[in-house]
Amino acid sequence: MLNELAHFSLNIALGFAVLGTIIPLLGATLRRSSWMQLASVFALLQFLLVAFTFGVLTLAFVTSDFSLRLVVLNSHTLKPMIYKIAGVWGNHEGSLLLWVLILTFFAACAALFGRRLPQSLLARVLGVQSAITTAFLAFVLLTSNPFTRVAFPPFNGQGLNPLLQDPGLAFHPPFLYLGYVGLSITFSFAIAALLEGKVDSAWGRWVRPWTLAAWIFLTIGIGLGSWWAYYELGWGGFWFWDPVENASFMPWLISAALLHSAIVVEKRDALKAWTILLAILAFGFSLIGTFIVRSGVLTSVHAFANDPERGVFILMILAVFFGGALLLFALRAKAMDSKGVFAPVSRESALIANNLLLAISCFVVFVGTVWPLVAELLMDRKLSVGPPFFDLAFTPFMVALAVILPIGSTLPWKRARRAHITRLWPVALLCLAVVGLAWAMQTGRSLIGPVGLGLGVWLVMGVVIELYQRCGRGAGKMRRLLRLPLADWGKAVAHAGLGITIFGVAGITAWQVEDIRVLEIGQSAEVAGFTITLEAVEDRRGPNYLTTMADVALSRQGQPIAMLHPERRYYPVAEMPTTEAGIDSGLWRDIYVVVGDAQPEGGYAVRSFIKPLANWIWSGAIIMALGGFLSLFDRRYRMAPGAAREPGPEAAQ
Amino acid sequence: MRQVFVLLSLLLWAGIASAVEPDEVLSDPVLENRARLISQGLRCLQCRNESIDESNAGIARDLRLLVRDRLLEGDSDTEVMDYVVARYGEYVLLRPNGLGINLVLWLAGPALFLVSLAGLIAVQRRSKRKDSIDQLTEDEEREIEKLLSS
Repeated sequence: MLNELAHFSLNIALGFAVLGTIIPLLGATLRRSSWMQLASVFALLQFLLVAFTFGVLTLAFVTSDFSLRLVVLNSHTLKPMIYKIAGVWGNHEGSLLLWVLILTFFAACAALFGRRLPQSLLARVLGVQSAITTAFLAFVLLTSNPFTRVAFPPFNGQGLNPLLQDPGLAFHPPFLYLGYVGLSITFSFAIAALLEGKVDSAWGRWVRPWTLAAWIFLTIGIGLGSWWAYYELGWGGFWFWDPVENASFMPWLISAALLHSAIVVEKRDALKAWTILLAILAFGFSLIGTFIVRSGVLTSVHAFANDPERGVFILMILAVFFGGALLLFALRAKAMDSKGVFAPVSRESALIANNLLLAISCFVVFVGTVWPLVAELLMDRKLSVGPPFFDLAFTPFMVALAVILPIGSTLPWKRARRAHITRLWPVALLCLAVVGLAWAMQTGRSLIGPVGLGLGVWLVMGVVIELYQRCGRGAGKMRRLLRLPLADWGKAVAHAGLGITIFGVAGITAWQVEDIRVLEIGQSAEVAGFTITLEAVEDRRGPNYLTTMADVALSRQGQPIAMLHPERRYYPVAEMPTTEAGIDSGLWRDIYVVVGDAQPEGGYAVRSFIKPLANWIWSGAIIMALGGFLSLFDRRYRMAPGAAREPGPEAAQ
Repeated sequence: MRQVFVLLSLLLWAGIASAVEPDEVLSDPVLENRARLISQGLRCLQCRNESIDESNAGIARDLRLLVRDRLLEGDSDTEVMDYVVARYGEYVLLRPNGLGINLVLWLAGPALFLVSLAGLIAVQRRSKRKDSIDQLTEDEEREIEKLLSS
């Protein structure tokens, strides 16, 4: 009964979404205040109804209601509670419902926090957002109903997938979705601005917090996914350039660009058309990502036929919203003339360079991702585009970005003098020294390591120098430093986070040591100065799996460091084997041990890796997200949106 | 979620990560290193987006052994690659060659970079010209100075 009620409430929500699209947009065109006011009401109603539906579906998973097909397929009474809840979004239907929930959540937030926005702008933002909600609600109801019943409910479910029972993975999708869908509200802001025909610095200030929030969630979501892949997949890779990963990476790159160009709109009243375009592209790539993942079109062209209905539906949504938005942009963008003029060497130019590099690197990822499809359709050539391509084609743009970042972020607006650049000389020298040192230590190998280390130092020290300069001369430095606006702290922290991630990527890519050998019980191997001893291997029983667990002792020059327990598990219900690597995490290196098959001649295959700076990759991502949070709580965003621009310390930037 | 499905199916194919087994490793470390690098550029035909170096599938093992055999025979890296491509088609190359339409793939990024750079320079020039119109002439400047000082 409750399930039918939830399904019904989803239908009502669709009705309100349709009304919420038509009435506010029409009201804004006809200048009818009472119609526009309804926008917020519709937005809140949609959110409440979808939230109710989502709550009921969650309840069905929590109570293991096996009369629902979705619960039968994706849950099991033996699952721990947290994974029963995570099971709600661990499937196509539920995750799509989560997607819609977040869509309406952001609309409701805009309705609640946006009361000081100009009435017509808010009405249009909510109208566009409702239009997106309409499309996705129709998608759910027509092709992916989560509340389908089964005629004969079984005693237990089938969903006990061991891989999904992992904390890193349980929270990976919600964060990613908050990011993807968060970009919808920036998209709505962009379309609303095009409809209004007006983009000013106030618009830039309203849009930025939403972009920032979406970007933070994307950063955390991608970081969690990468971390999970590292410790769970058994050989310690952190990024695979898989189409599905790229689908989340492309919106991240574009939203990072948008984040920076919105600053130019806000502070200098320039780059307006470009910023609007980025806002459209960011959500466009979210939709493309959804299409890529849900249609399965990129796995192989034939998988598309497996579920043509869903693929075609998303393709239609993509065509209508992305195509329509680009068309509107083409018609209206000319009206948005930039006012601020600036010299070739200035903060504005640096931010343009940032945008250019981010957008092009996104383009490279996009072309590489869809290329197998294009080549097969157009040329009938079956080919693959894998990590070696992306490493080669993508990295140069990132290197360029990292090189200009510290320079650009210290430049003043409008026009820079030589002095602004020359004060970075000491840092540049330091970086060259680091590169040289690293090169000397490993001659004969690739340049990635030294260059990456140098760039990491360059970014982090650039931030330090910038902060040092910001606190001025003379006494009271500390006080001035602490009184810097939060946005400046956010910028510093986020840029340092990027440096740390680059550091980690360079370390793990260039200096990983790998050792593969057969060890008998009691035998040891020497790997890069560490002694790895296979002490015991025994079969045990877990709560819902069988495991072959090894005791591997780790020591260095006779000093014991840790005892690792790599495992090979077998889950009988899912008939699925998994690997649990034994990892000794450290600041400077991870030691990563996987025990493989028993060998016919006795002993076990043991793969051990020394992974330098591994944890820096994800720490850097967390620090970047933290920087975003700091910036989000800056005074000018905390003030009610629409408040008059205050002449404060940030005006002096 | 997206990653889950991929990695999941990846795992289903791959079973458990063992990839290169100890009995495959060549005794000559230089040759072994070359073999690893070559393997990282070859796709496991059965898997989703995995190189034969990472994959545990039987066919990946066969290919790894094949690569090592060729190297032991004295083939150069490119000869080994050509040998594999001749048998399995260019689908096995994780780094597509730059022949024919693939040029578009390789040049897309750099070309876009150059085009946008040219565009930026053009815009900058135009705005400079406009800028000079907006600016005051010397006569006007002098007049203002006179008015201000009086």
